[in-house]
Amino acid sequence: MLADTLLNVIVLIAGPVIIAFLGAIFGLLYLGVDRKLVAHMQGRIGPPIVQPFRDVDKLMVKESIIPDSAIAWLFKATPILCLVGSISLLLYIPLFGQNAMLTGFGDAIVVMYLLTIPSLALVVAGFSSSSPYATVGAQREMVMMMSYEFPLAMSIVVIAWRIGLVTNLNPFMLSTMAAYPIWGLVGPLGIVGLLILVFSMLIVTPGELGKIPFDVAEAETELAGGLLVEYSGRNLALFYISNAIKSFAVVSLVVAIFFPYNLSPILGITATVPAVILDVLFFLLKVFVIMFICVIVVRAAVARFKIDQASKFYLLIMSAVSLVGFVFILLDVII
Amino acid sequence: MGLKSFKRALWVYHLNTGSCNGCDIEILAALTPRYDLERFGIVLVGSPRHADVLLVTGPVTNQMAPRLKRIYDQVPEPKMVLVIGNCGVEGLVFHESYNLSGPVDQIIPVDVYVPGCPTRPEAIIEGVLKAWLKLEKPVKEKVT
Repeated sequence: MLADTLLNVIVLIAGPVIIAFLGAIFGLLYLGVDRKLVAHMQGRIGPPIVQPFRDVDKLMVKESIIPDSAIAWLFKATPILCLVGSISLLLYIPLFGQNAMLTGFGDAIVVMYLLTIPSLALVVAGFSSSSPYATVGAQREMVMMMSYEFPLAMSIVVIAWRIGLVTNLNPFMLSTMAAYPIWGLVGPLGIVGLLILVFSMLIVTPGELGKIPFDVAEAETELAGGLLVEYSGRNLALFYISNAIKSFAVVSLVVAIFFPYNLSPILGITATVPAVILDVLFFLLKVFVIMFICVIVVRAAVARFKIDQASKFYLLIMSAVSLVGFVFILLDVII
Repeated sequence: MGLKSFKRALWVYHLNTGSCNGCDIEILAALTPRYDLERFGIVLVGSPRHADVLLVTGPVTNQMAPRLKRIYDQVPEPKMVLVIGNCGVEGLVFHESYNLSGPVDQIIPVDVYVPGCPTRPEAIIEGVLKAWLKLEKPVKEKVT
């Protein structure tokens, strides 16, 4: 009994550490792939794929300056808060074709709330550094958070509602979504609706991650780095890592909701080790494809929106698009 | 550990202290697909707090002198200063002009001088390479 409890405690402590490491490694790796591919698309050679690791490595040996006018304890606490928020996001999302670490404890709604924590940490960081650039960046980040929330929530809730019609399990659980892949439940009209919802989710993703064309909060050229303008050294490295982890987590969430398929059952592989390896590779491929569509190509192809354009785009156009998707799925159920 | 990464991940902040824009355009040219500084991990950043290297162009005017000093202080250690162009190196046609506070090295310590009017992008890359070699030393002492 005691040994069991002890084992549980060890698993609970070691699990998140391992997941955090894996998330950081793959997040930074995808960031490197992103930079390399964007460079190729622009006709450049681009940095090697391991470049983000070198950046983090370098930031770790730099001096961490805390400005005199900043609120020191908030300024130092927010990078850690941001990192913790991103890592706890990973614990609730099914990764590598396996179940989530905390499966059964939290559902898609919890994930949606956790998604706001890194952004909120960034906002607090911006305000606490008391630089006018950072303050403007923080305000922009808040506007963005309010803007993309509706289409994001719409996609998740509509799918959970549709799955809830065919099962008694809690449909908001990501494990339920994996057990009842949404594409098999709907007719032709529903497929159209789902494609529209996938589209709106893919458009929400770069906004969520603060990538071009929605990187209004960081806006290198006008805001000189925006929220993070006063951060340097180790604190900046923590933000860098948590951004990488968050990108990985958000794209994994899209995979978990819309494409929860594994390759091994389809190919009929039952032995544990090859099946796990195959699923991990297939998961990484799915993450790459989604990242390629909604981050890499978009980043190379378009310029930055102004803050009012970005906000209007999400609040009006993308909300309308996701509602149209909802109507299609509703019609599919009624007819 | 830090030593190797420093050589391969320099973040650069660019400051114009009264330059005619010739050298600034050449710095941008070094980032374009033809020369592509990013393949060495060199990125132009928007904030001096993120920078490892301060690129200064122009013969420092009286108005810019205190600002140059302030921005230099904002760059976290270990840091490098590169002067791009003859104006920053010795004043060029503005030499001993009444509204200059002198070349860059009168105001902040300079590590690498890159002459030229304007500097060629190849020369800027060469200068950053020299900065790598110089950055190795203090970091090595600090780490070991």
